[in-house]
Amino acid sequence: MTTIAHTENRAGQTNNVSANERGYFVPKVNIVETKDSFILEAEMPGVTKEGLEVRLEGNELSIVGGRETGVPGAEPVYRESSPRDFRREFVLDPSIDTAKLSATIEQGVLTLTLPKTEKVKPRKIQVTD
Amino acid sequence: MKLIRRQNADLWNWSPVDQLSTLREEINRLFDSPFGELTRRMELFNGWAPPLDLYEDKDNLVVKAELPGMKREEIEISVHDGTLTISGERKYEEKSQDAEPYRSERFFGRFHRTLALTKPVQPDKAKATYKDGILTVVLPKTEEAKPKQIQVNVS
Repeated sequence: MTTIAHTENRAGQTNNVSANERGYFVPKVNIVETKDSFILEAEMPGVTKEGLEVRLEGNELSIVGGRETGVPGAEPVYRESSPRDFRREFVLDPSIDTAKLSATIEQGVLTLTLPKTEKVKPRKIQVTD
Repeated sequence: MKLIRRQNADLWNWSPVDQLSTLREEINRLFDSPFGELTRRMELFNGWAPPLDLYEDKDNLVVKAELPGMKREEIEISVHDGTLTISGERKYEEKSQDAEPYRSERFFGRFHRTLALTKPVQPDKAKATYKDGILTVVLPKTEEAKPKQIQVNVS
């Protein structure tokens, strides 16, 4: 599992062998951290909104992308792509407000916005006289 | 394969550097991938090589390429001497001013793939669509390359 954590240990712990062994394809992800949120992008070519499942259980987030592969009525001659569905799991840091997750998918890239709770957002404090 | 991966895992653990962690993961993925994905994993050394598939039906050759997160105008397709070339550039878009990279596995930049077509095609009749991050190129075969049914009259 990939850890998304608001801590010093930025390398995180990664173990996606489980998803791989269960017959899924592990999508490539990019994660950036802004002051308000984490933004996660996952490459899931061929996955539509209907084929996508984003599930949250406690602090574990899983993304699953089902896809149709092949060309109806045509025979494969040569194949490099994987016919497997996508799956990857993440452990979310407690600083993430799990009630406010949002997801969009566009041209095979899933974008998840994981906002931080109000408590951990940096705040500017006005100095009053 | 698995044994090698586990033995090496500790060697890699000493480094707190993100890049090495990504490399380690790529190596893990290489060993965990079934054989069919091995070609694809070579992109670790060669840059971005989007996977291509070739299909054939009665009238057409169909090529599909996994190109997630591109714009139509960034993809170039050409057919020359029985070879299909797909190339383009995926540009990195800054999420916001204060965004700090946390994990970077996706490739950005140029790619270039060529594929020898197994049958003669009519390039002027080719059609391409880009949907859900998949490029599909339909190349109609030449009349000579299409299978023909010959009527046998038994008198």
